Amino acid sequence: MKWHEILIRYGEITTKGKNRKLFINRLKENLRYTFADIPNMRIRSERDRMYLSSEVDTEMEEILNRLPYIFGIHSFSPVAECEPTVEAMKELAVEIVQGLDYEGKTFKVNAKRSFKNFPLDTYELQQTIGSHVLGTLPGMTVQMKKPDIELRVEVREKAVYMMVDVIAGAGGLPIGSNGKALLLLSGGIDSPVAAYYMMKRGVRIEAIHFFSPPFTSDQSLTKVKELCDKISRFGGNIRLHIIPFTETQQTIQNSVPENVTMTSTRRMMMKISDEVRKEIDAKALVTGENLGQVASQTLESLAAINDVTTTPILRPLITFDKLEIIDVAQKIGTYDISIRPYEDCCTVFTPANPKTKPRVEKMNYYESFTDFEEMIQRAVKNREIHSFPKTKSDDFSELL
Amino acid sequence: MIYLDHSATTKPNKSVLETFVQANERYYANPASLHQMGVETNTLLSRAREQIAAIIKTEPEQIIFTSGGTESNNFAIKGLARANKHRGTKILISAIEHASVEESAKALEKEGYTVEKVQVNEYGVISIEDLKKKLTKDTVIVSIMHVNNEIGALQPISEIARIVHENSRAFFHMDAVQSFGKIPVHFAGEEGPDALTVSGHKINGLKGTGFLALRKQVNIETIIHGGGQEMGLRSGTVAVPQAVALAKAVRMAHETQPAHEEQFSQWRDDLHAFLQQFPYVRTLSSNKGAPHIVSCAVQGLRGEILVNAMQHEGFIISTSSACSSKDHSISHVVKAIEIDPSYEKGVIRISLGEGITEKDIQAFKTAFKKVMMQVKEF
Repeated sequence: MKWHEILIRYGEITTKGKNRKLFINRLKENLRYTFADIPNMRIRSERDRMYLSSEVDTEMEEILNRLPYIFGIHSFSPVAECEPTVEAMKELAVEIVQGLDYEGKTFKVNAKRSFKNFPLDTYELQQTIGSHVLGTLPGMTVQMKKPDIELRVEVREKAVYMMVDVIAGAGGLPIGSNGKALLLLSGGIDSPVAAYYMMKRGVRIEAIHFFSPPFTSDQSLTKVKELCDKISRFGGNIRLHIIPFTETQQTIQNSVPENVTMTSTRRMMMKISDEVRKEIDAKALVTGENLGQVASQTLESLAAINDVTTTPILRPLITFDKLEIIDVAQKIGTYDISIRPYEDCCTVFTPANPKTKPRVEKMNYYESFTDFEEMIQRAVKNREIHSFPKTKSDDFSELL
Repeated sequence: MIYLDHSATTKPNKSVLETFVQANERYYANPASLHQMGVETNTLLSRAREQIAAIIKTEPEQIIFTSGGTESNNFAIKGLARANKHRGTKILISAIEHASVEESAKALEKEGYTVEKVQVNEYGVISIEDLKKKLTKDTVIVSIMHVNNEIGALQPISEIARIVHENSRAFFHMDAVQSFGKIPVHFAGEEGPDALTVSGHKINGLKGTGFLALRKQVNIETIIHGGGQEMGLRSGTVAVPQAVALAKAVRMAHETQPAHEEQFSQWRDDLHAFLQQFPYVRTLSSNKGAPHIVSCAVQGLRGEILVNAMQHEGFIISTSSACSSKDHSISHVVKAIEIDPSYEKGVIRISLGEGITEKDIQAFKTAFKKVMMQVKEF
């Protein structure tokens, strides 16, 4: 099938008032960025719709493959093109409907002629195409009002365009339309899902990861990088800040009672994250924390961790069931990466009996004997920054 | 010497060899190791896997690196049959399969499986009627090669796939050793195979390389037990340089495929027309078959004599297939297409590949004519 263009319908953007234009421009820019590797793509935007097109067929296929992952799009329809002859139209109509789950559905053809000299008028066109489709693909009934499948046909002088409303977009808002936040990315199942939900609400994400060599391996780092690469598919680039965390973690082990080392570790992570957040001018911190999942995720624990900063800490998964999170992780393709069995900095130093109800005053007291500030600054300063998505031509391209 | 035996094996491409050497020099660590070098090597292995998956149109996890066509075929047939015995115990193959398919199926007879063969016509194309008749509910695997190695017969794969998928729960395995790089080979949903075999050394890659690709996640049992490499499906330290060299050979073969198909088809048609001029020569391949294989039989002569005589003129060709060329019995493929017995022993194969020129084809024709004068028209 030859595609003429792709029609995009906006999602929630349409409920916006005066800043609607800002949202649309943001989406346009995101599309341009996401498809930067597609040289011939053209974008045309209108108040209610946006159109993507490319003269190269393989490029159109690639755009169609990636479009379902881009936030801010409610749905989209590829528009097919054929010669302005009745035979070609019949053939294309069947080809399009055939690709749908058509059996038992209601159907209608909606034709428009901007080329008025076409030998068949609108009514005749609808009947000819409709009866041909129904005759070739049995199992559908005709319904004029709100049919399941509405095949739209537009006849112009040089070509005919056809489409059916179908493919659902990712919904949400264009990434970047709601500012930027810093995500604490552990490498587990939850944090990539948290990232997904934040991005869905238009938030641009940067990620921070705590790396404790030699207690955690390069493999766990590779895993985190692959996760970033995977979530960057949903639009926009992601920067990953890798924090050298060994020194801090060892100091915590030596300075606070064993059963609160984890709470203290989390508090230090928040402090470091907040420093990085300030530097990159993000407005909030995001975690994959989920109420009651583990000892550090009781309300008391969350309160003790929260106490180190006044920055909003957003926890999009707070009320999810583990199984719900796994479902989404599988859907967005991060699950298989997350379950690779490498140690991360949270699992290495887990105390045998962590305190599930730590108290803020006590935490402040325990930590008051050590100067963590300087250590935190050093960790922030010595961080490594990586950018995703990784371009296809990495170091191995000459070998392959 | 002009090499016209590309279906037996090919000369490795220079850049594939360079890749192999470089990968050995730089990425020799074990990809399963925890250290930095292991991680890097593993990333390279993943890239190689992804590259092949994208070309074959499946997921990277569905590509298993093997030692070549024979192992891939063994693995597909034994692995799928054993893991899915509950679906049935009948194995259906064509009458002209490669020995690695035929013998794997035969080996399973000892485990309670039955093997049936689908008949082929005079061009080596399977009988759809016979397939429909023999495909029963208890068929667990159907294995039919894309292109036959001896006579270039090309099978109607999408039709076979549709029949298998609509009428049974069997897996459809396709041996694509001879077709990859010559005609388009990739998964195509229900209209294509569920598993396919590709070998490196037939596409200007290295001997000892190949892969089995699966269309989607299926139950398959390993035939090589050990440390659980390759997603647990093929144990043994993964030969990363080989895998990378294979990925490169696959990419290059994929890129040159359309041009090769066009060029080789022309030469094939030209050679067919040329050979058909001789009243005592019968072509076994056809213009509807694979683009790169020309097979013919000379009445009352042994193929071996022709191979020797042509070699004397500077051309390397082979008798029906390299695997069976050393034993004097008549190949099962030649038997299956039921040609006149006076031709059976005189089968030769000319197979085209990278580096052949128009001049070579014309020179071949002159040499063949000369040899015919010596051995038939003296």
